[in-house]
Amino acid sequence: MTYLLEARGLTRKFGGVVALDNLDLTVVPNEIIGLIGPNGSGKTTFFNVVTGIYGAHGGSVTFDGADITRASSRAVYHAGVSRTFQRSRLSLPLSIFDNIMIGNHKRLNQGLWFNLVRRGEFKREFEVNYAAARTLIEVFEPRLAERMFEPVAGLPMIDRRRIEICRALISQPKLLLLDEPSAGMTHDETKELMDDILQVRDLNRNLTIVIVEHEMGLIERITDRCVVLNFGRKIAEGPYRQVAVDRQVQEAYLGVE
Amino acid sequence: MPEVKQEPQAPLLPGVVAVALSTAYLIALLAVEKQPLVIGLLAFGIVAVLVAHYMDWLDPVGRSFAEREGVLSAYAVLAACVVAAFFHDNHFVLLLFVTVLLYAVATLGLNIEFGYAGVLNFAGASFFGIGAYTSAVLNTYTAVPHLLVLLIGGTLAALIGSLLLLPVLRTRGHYAALVTIAFALLLKTFLEVNDVLGGPQGMQVKGMSILGWSFNDNFEIGKIEMSFYLNYFVISMLLLCGTFVLVRRLERSWIGLDLDAIRLDETAASCFGLDIARWKITAFVLGNFVIGLAGALFGMVGGFVAPNNYTFADSLIMVSILLLGGIGNPWGVVVATFIVVVLPEKLQTIQEYRFLLYALIVIVVLLFRPEGLLPRPVRRYFPGGRA
Repeated sequence: MTYLLEARGLTRKFGGVVALDNLDLTVVPNEIIGLIGPNGSGKTTFFNVVTGIYGAHGGSVTFDGADITRASSRAVYHAGVSRTFQRSRLSLPLSIFDNIMIGNHKRLNQGLWFNLVRRGEFKREFEVNYAAARTLIEVFEPRLAERMFEPVAGLPMIDRRRIEICRALISQPKLLLLDEPSAGMTHDETKELMDDILQVRDLNRNLTIVIVEHEMGLIERITDRCVVLNFGRKIAEGPYRQVAVDRQVQEAYLGVE
Repeated sequence: MPEVKQEPQAPLLPGVVAVALSTAYLIALLAVEKQPLVIGLLAFGIVAVLVAHYMDWLDPVGRSFAEREGVLSAYAVLAACVVAAFFHDNHFVLLLFVTVLLYAVATLGLNIEFGYAGVLNFAGASFFGIGAYTSAVLNTYTAVPHLLVLLIGGTLAALIGSLLLLPVLRTRGHYAALVTIAFALLLKTFLEVNDVLGGPQGMQVKGMSILGWSFNDNFEIGKIEMSFYLNYFVISMLLLCGTFVLVRRLERSWIGLDLDAIRLDETAASCFGLDIARWKITAFVLGNFVIGLAGALFGMVGGFVAPNNYTFADSLIMVSILLLGGIGNPWGVVVATFIVVVLPEKLQTIQEYRFLLYALIVIVVLLFRPEGLLPRPVRRYFPGGRA
């Protein structure tokens, strides 16, 4: 079986704390995987190691057949991995359009000559990408498509999440890593957001998603498979209904009697 | 392609009126000599702007500048020419005007580094000085055409600035700023002990001449005697226009977006494939080139270079112009340069305390208007037209 993402024996330490402990995790194309576990179990660290923000202290990560264990964040993005952040990391003074375009970096011509001198060609490229950004954000919230050139700073949390997800999706990545998309939002808002993400996935059948989430209703509804972490180790794996009744998982969340 | 809503274009008139009134005011301010009159005029100006602000007259002006920038820029250039023509035989005023233009060019260069890429550079005056010393040396010892000297001045500033790239890229924020401060001190010491470059006494700089036209001779149009500084006004104005267009295009491109993204969040930027080092280098080299270019011309205008003209304090003036005008807004830079350069020249009573004034300006701006007099608006790639 070919995996889209394959982590083998992945280890990452912070001083004496082992955040990822010999972790094996595989993702097949087109699946939605829920990565769950108590706070501090290594979920976000896993994202950070995969996307090259942290280096690994052991093991390997393969994406789409290429070894990305030591790849930089840049290289991982260019290989086709996009992510969102647990704490929203939008550029607040910039407009909605600008924020989405940051995620589109690899599809924009970055040449100095092109940008400064060939303004006619630049305008054509701008218009194509403006249309693409509008089409994408209309899936999430048509209201935002009318406000493309307003700063993000004035928008509520749910709109910022939508923009962050658009920023991750605009370059049509193969793998999307969602780090707690529901953080700071109400139950209803979260449901709405996930419906929108699933709608995008229906449009782009090649999209594979790994989602870190504490909202179990959401995990149950959208994931094909769950991986449960505790202290950086994988303690269970399988469909949500199966891992939810797993004794080890319950102990990890609720403690041992 | 989805339809973009066509908003009605903002009217041109408020912008034109604003340019005309500012021009008249500037002429009056530059013409008066008596201190009570100057102070009265300044007080009138401040009150007028505040009144306009509270009557909401400034909003339509802002809108017409935002959407009709091309036409209004042409009017602004015309206005500058009117001011220069009015003072056509006045050496002092024209020199002051040219100084404003060249400081504006240099601060626009600083704006690329600091305003967009977020690379703090507290050695602006040093790079300005490198340009000025380049013209001093080349005009004295060689016959290099003077327009080429300007380019060499910019290139040298960019090259010498590249020496700082390694420490600047490896440090962030305040620490990168310290690197540039250290550079400013080193360069001044180097100039002072270097006899070839005139030591602490500095060097004379031969005036500019292009194709036999000497910039340092007065000339006549019809029967009217013109100050030779008009020559320098023309070339400085061309340089300012070119730099303005460069900065504007840079901002309204993907590169402008890249620079903003890096300044605001390096980690997020690298997760979306941005090459942090590439853009910081681009901004730093381009910015220093522009500063050096302005410096090279300024050396020829002033006719004299000395280490004491390019100190850390002078770099702070450039930074305070940027803060006062509104970081990232080229219009703000131009307006703020007028205020910061002209004010101490006209108010002779405060000349001794000019650095105190700059410090005061920075503190007051940061307290009451942290985004500057003209805060940078959200980026529009093609304002006025579609989107």
